[in-house]
Amino acid sequence: MDNNRAAQSGDERIGMWDGMSKQSEMHLFAPGHSGCPGCGPSNVLIQVCDTLGKDIVVVQATGCMEITSTQYPQTAWRVPYIHSLFQNAPAVASGVSRALKAQGNDHTKVVVIAGDGSTYDIGFGALSGMLERGDDVLYVCYDNQLYANTGVQKSGATPYGAATTTTTVGSVHRGKETERKPIAEIVAAHGIAYVASASVAYSADLQNKVRKANAVKGPSFLVVDSPCCLGQGFDGGITMKVAKLNVMSRLWFLYEIENGKFKLNFNPANPKPLQEVLGLQKRFRHLSPGQIEHIQKQADASYNALLEKAGLLESQKSFSSPEKPLNTPK
Amino acid sequence: MIKTVEGARVLAEAAVACRLDVVACYPITPTTHLTEELNQFYADGRIPEYLTVEAEFSAISALIGASAAGARTFTTTGGQGLLYMHEPLFSAAGMRLPIVMLVGNRAVSSPLNIWNDEQDTISQRDTGWIQIYCRNNQEAVDSIPQAFYVAEKILLPVMVCVDGHYLTHAVEQVDVPDEKLVQGFLPPYKYPLKLDPQNPVSLGVYANPTHYQTFREDVVADMEAAKEILVEAGKKWGKLTGREYGLINAYKVKDADRVLLSVGSVMDNVVMVVDELREKGEKVGALHLRVLRPFPREEIAKALEGKKVGVIDRDLSIGAQAPIYLEIAEALNGKGAQVSSFYGGLGGRGVKRVHIRELFEKLRKGPVKQWITTEPPKAAMKG
Repeated sequence: MDNNRAAQSGDERIGMWDGMSKQSEMHLFAPGHSGCPGCGPSNVLIQVCDTLGKDIVVVQATGCMEITSTQYPQTAWRVPYIHSLFQNAPAVASGVSRALKAQGNDHTKVVVIAGDGSTYDIGFGALSGMLERGDDVLYVCYDNQLYANTGVQKSGATPYGAATTTTTVGSVHRGKETERKPIAEIVAAHGIAYVASASVAYSADLQNKVRKANAVKGPSFLVVDSPCCLGQGFDGGITMKVAKLNVMSRLWFLYEIENGKFKLNFNPANPKPLQEVLGLQKRFRHLSPGQIEHIQKQADASYNALLEKAGLLESQKSFSSPEKPLNTPK
Repeated sequence: MIKTVEGARVLAEAAVACRLDVVACYPITPTTHLTEELNQFYADGRIPEYLTVEAEFSAISALIGASAAGARTFTTTGGQGLLYMHEPLFSAAGMRLPIVMLVGNRAVSSPLNIWNDEQDTISQRDTGWIQIYCRNNQEAVDSIPQAFYVAEKILLPVMVCVDGHYLTHAVEQVDVPDEKLVQGFLPPYKYPLKLDPQNPVSLGVYANPTHYQTFREDVVADMEAAKEILVEAGKKWGKLTGREYGLINAYKVKDADRVLLSVGSVMDNVVMVVDELREKGEKVGALHLRVLRPFPREEIAKALEGKKVGVIDRDLSIGAQAPIYLEIAEALNGKGAQVSSFYGGLGGRGVKRVHIRELFEKLRKGPVKQWITTEPPKAAMKG
């Protein structure tokens, strides 16, 4: 699927769908939006929508993917779509879901599409409320680890050490000083049936998870690593490479929490050295050896914890960090 | 059917008679009882969907989604709850969603206060919601079906405002319309652009400088056009029940030289004082501003031209003149009227008949701007 190319081409207006080329007809999230070339999140949207099909209502939170896809009088959405505010998408989705139910519609899936700023931070309360109420909503968080829409500020998903415009690098402070929120685990703690962590670069895994989440009656949740070339500071041509390396370096994991049970979908038993993926991103180039060591420790600890939760610790007693000493990425 | 029960109960009955599809509520004084009554109707199967949300912000947000998906929606709140809805209120109006909300007017923090004034709804007057104020529970009960009628015709949301505690907790005789009567009045809800996979539309989109103002111009024009529909709804309701409503309610104003004007339950007190003073031969009148948005500028100018008018604001715009006074003064500019501003009665202090008699006296002299009273009620001073 040549999604990135599709995302860069064309220009379409509301009501002009009929005469479109075959290629653009393929996608329910249509080409012609104004996302960056190499945008990770927009590729997630294409995969999610195409997997779900036409019988959905998309509820979106304010963010990059909203302003780039619905600039009046254009829209990139070939499915019914509503946006209200930054922090209320889960509540809006609850309302849509109940309204459909009240009208006897038991087949249309309501899908929230929101970034990490909306999910981890400003809309977190609304998300928790939606999960507790058990509303029939599939929530997809495209996680690019920062506020991209406002110009690269720190979010609750920004990893330790990363430089953003609000975790700047100076003589005293050098990037973000705290860890990311473990959002999948926090969501799973609500006791919902299906939670998964996926990556834009692992399409089959992502689409499989979308299908599983779609089958759940009640809330389900996906968090998808969706690197932002602009915000993380790499060339738009290597988005998928960065996303893949995140998984291979134990900085992002592919797993499911199904009815509370953890399952690791891909086991990076022999991880790539961290410097390979950190070195590709401008946001990490200031890191000291001590900071890299901290990231390595956290990555290993997360991996270890995940193995334990997935019941794999017994079968794989030895895991190791790369033996070579790590240098500061250039 | 005449009932003598708490305000919250009859308000819930009036709402349910409108055949609601989706209700979303978060409890807050003074509308908690209404929240509970509505939930009882849900439990009894008379409301299909009821969302127990985690905050008022989500209550109104859920209704934004539900309304856009084609449901008739209702909620209730007041005071802090209404302030917490502030941002989605703009969104609901801008998206042209005909949500109806019953507000139990309550003072706002700080200091914390659960009692009545109108600061909460006055602070939402620029959001694009139609605002109907009620003198008593009969007016409130009658205004709820009218609110849906108007909202669904002009596609703007409506707040029906009743004074918290004074009305929400008052036990008084109210004629509650039955569902059959309401159904004869209110056509079934059909949102023209609902979220529907058969006909995908994008709602709540992003608009650049090229288009943004055009959307706002549309809302302004339709808010103005809502006046006619409000009057139409009031007349139609009058034919069915004998209780007709308009944008304003003028009581013995025609030949009056002095008139007091306000919104809400205080106007019933003013009417009583008018009757009392009229018996003494004084030419006084009362004007209830039933609809604050859209602002009935022409109707007010016509009714109050050349008179000495006192505006009671139970709300403030700190650092400027009282909000309702300012709008009335502007409407009467060049109309030979003399407009005074009386503000106070905040946080449940109330405006009693004794105060109203004083205000009518003050109107005899030149225009004044002053607190209604700075003295706390004696009972409160006992501590």
